[in-house]
Amino acid sequence: MELLSLHYEVSGTDFTCAGEASGKIKKNLKELGFPTNIVRNVAIAVYEGEINMVIHGGGGVIDVEISPDCISIVLADQGPGIPDVSLAMQEGYSTAPDNVRQLGFGAGMGLPNIKKYTDEMIIETEVGKGTTIKLKVFVN
Amino acid sequence: MKISEIKNILGAELICGEEFLENEVSTACGSDMMSDVLAYVKEQAVLLSGLVNPQVVRTAEMMDMKCIVFVRGKRPDIDMIDLAEQREIVLLGTKLEMFTACGLLYKNGLKGGSGI
Ligand SMILES: Nc1ncnc2c1ncn2[C@@H]1O[C@H](COP(=O)(O)OP(=O)(O)O)[C@@H](O)[C@H]1O
Ligand SMILES: [Mg+2]
Repeated sequence: MELLSLHYEVSGTDFTCAGEASGKIKKNLKELGFPTNIVRNVAIAVYEGEINMVIHGGGGVIDVEISPDCISIVLADQGPGIPDVSLAMQEGYSTAPDNVRQLGFGAGMGLPNIKKYTDEMIIETEVGKGTTIKLKVFVN
Repeated sequence: MKISEIKNILGAELICGEEFLENEVSTACGSDMMSDVLAYVKEQAVLLSGLVNPQVVRTAEMMDMKCIVFVRGKRPDIDMIDLAEQREIVLLGTKLEMFTACGLLYKNGLKGGSGI
């Protein structure tokens, strides 16, 4: 049984708005009565993904499907893609420019954080085409 | 400790969230790197930061934090204050530097994320 599906567009240029979609997703999950730790895990994972979309992916779309036992999230962009996924998954690896680091991101913790806070993480990426990250968080 | 006590200990200025000053918090963390804050989620309720941009408020929002203290006299702009008000997060500003602000709060009983 599906409770709700959500769709958001993420700007690739407006860093100020990055996190707007994650905040709305968090609010929805909270209102639907999901446990606090589940809501927070999803919020953190989607937020890191949303930030990556803005700083690396040139913007994109986020789709969320919420059912009582599973929250599925798909983050898709048409950016440059990730040439070496296992390298990108390493803690501390980052290609973020200095201006991003000055804003408090670009520590190379985003993808590892996403993995840490979700039960399933699949990265589909092609250089020059884009990146799609599929996430699942199970309830219970 | 109450958020109002944090304000007093740090000689901080209240930027927004007066209605939440009597809320209790027991843990804090200090960082300018938001990904680090997001990586070590425990139950920290207070974020001390020398960084001033909307992502600091959003990070606190994702982490269910109750209060942000801007150190070294940094001041948020009106958009950040609006965002914090919507998210019901108290904003404080202190002239103290990060080390001193964290030290004072720790000395007065606030704990780190690991509970130590
Ligand atoms: N959506 C994306 N599109 C292109 N490259 C990406 C994307 N997400 C992550 N990357 C690459 O993976 C690296 C590691 O990502 P992450 O762990 O989030 O660290 P950070 O964002 O701090 O650099 C990034 O520096 C970037 O090179
Ligand atoms: Mg990142």
